Amino acid sequence: MAIATDPAKAPETAASPRRLAASYVLEYTYRRSVGPVIGRFLGALRDGRIEGVRTASGKVMVPPSEYDPETSEALSEFVAVGDAGVVTTWAWVSEPRPRQPLAKPFAWALIKLDGADTPLLHAVDAGTIDAMSTGMRVKVRWRAERKGGIGDIECFVPEGGAR
Amino acid sequence: MRDVAIVSFANHITSHAEGDDVEMLVPVITEALRAANLKKKEIGFTVSGSCDYLGGRPFSFVMALDAVGAWPPIEESHVEMDGAFALYEAWVRLQHGDIDTALIYAFGRSTTGSTRDVLATQLDPYVMAPLWPDSVGLAALQARAMLDAGTCTEREMAQVAARSRRSKKPGPGAHTFAEMQAGDLLGLPYTTAPLRAHDCAPDSDGVAAMVLVAGDRAKKLTSRPAWIRGIDHRIEAHQLGVRDLTKSVSTALAAEKAGALGKSFDVAEIHAPFSHQEILVRKALGLAGDVEINPSGGALVGNPYIVAGLDRIGEAARRIHDGSAKSAVAHATSGPCLQQNLVCVLSEG
Repeated sequence: MAIATDPAKAPETAASPRRLAASYVLEYTYRRSVGPVIGRFLGALRDGRIEGVRTASGKVMVPPSEYDPETSEALSEFVAVGDAGVVTTWAWVSEPRPRQPLAKPFAWALIKLDGADTPLLHAVDAGTIDAMSTGMRVKVRWRAERKGGIGDIECFVPEGGAR
Repeated sequence: MRDVAIVSFANHITSHAEGDDVEMLVPVITEALRAANLKKKEIGFTVSGSCDYLGGRPFSFVMALDAVGAWPPIEESHVEMDGAFALYEAWVRLQHGDIDTALIYAFGRSTTGSTRDVLATQLDPYVMAPLWPDSVGLAALQARAMLDAGTCTEREMAQVAARSRRSKKPGPGAHTFAEMQAGDLLGLPYTTAPLRAHDCAPDSDGVAAMVLVAGDRAKKLTSRPAWIRGIDHRIEAHQLGVRDLTKSVSTALAAEKAGALGKSFDVAEIHAPFSHQEILVRKALGLAGDVEINPSGGALVGNPYIVAGLDRIGEAARRIHDGSAKSAVAHATSGPCLQQNLVCVLSEG
């Protein structure tokens, strides 16, 4: 992270005496593997597909996890799901925070994709709060250049365009 | 199980801290020890709760040890969690039977950064955290799910906020709020719909300290110890999508294990950083209608991250210490949308 002004180099005045300062970067200097299940999910996103995993009770979890949230069994049966689905709950962000998926007002939503039993968290670019409702259908807007991350889904948009 | 009591509690919650962690902690720890009639060297075990993400540096809790003095060496531990979970560790430690006293403290200055954004870093690092969903946005998803399911209304949420503000006791440096009726609050605009400003706890700075004493020694040290008659904590899945956000199954399970279900209490202190979460926890605890809820004002009027959960338990204990309650149940939470919950049952006898 760049520091805009270095206090150590700022001119000293009576009101603001010079202070000792040093830049400091907090970082983890190691890499980690995303593992066989999340790795496959993220790899599929890069290819423009969405895959979930089947749990012990037969439910399709999207996003998938390596272990069953109810029984803790290891999971490995992948299931392709659609790139459109239903909003199960949502919240309207009138003032987006830095680093969030969209810089203009948007909705956070949990979205149950076609063929999935659990919803996925993402952003919906609906334009206005009036275009949002629980139960509405939305579809993925894919990012043109995909890298194998959740951000490969740029956001969701109302199916059939904004109303 | 060994009987363990909270014999003293002290806190300082403010809208903006003057001074650093140690400067805030020293007077509060001193007060907790004084009220327990114990000296520092008589403490068998010390455990703290703090968050490196607020300090912006690893092992930031080590610096705070200056507040207790770690020389000659003391037996000490730390959790990167709310102080309520440090209390749990101390309670377990006292069950070993070789020591009788423990000091718990927690410190958190939410105003040093943008805590609602920092909290995104506790989420699943692959499919949630990269989107930077802030804690308010996620809580709003839960509020909408509850409104859709009919488990609360916006008016009930505003009533929680209005009551919290009425209950709040003025303290030095505390947040100030305009006292408004629920109906007036409902006329204010949404901030993150369906949440309005009054539905969300403020960013606060604060410290809290508590002394636990086991067995007969608690009765010798103070006249009205608050006995811990049950304490338990449970957690839910990391992914929001696999949870039923309209229920708090981990609170209900912790309440069952702590022996809180089906009992009546004089006071309930609930750690709800959002108004709808108080309604959710109230139901999970199965509270009767006549229990006094959050007489301290609760987290909605002062919510230092890491401290606010321990503060609920301390405020509940305070009511037993001062004789205004015979029994109390206290709750602390951690994680997005009430992911992890602790329930503590307190009694005068």
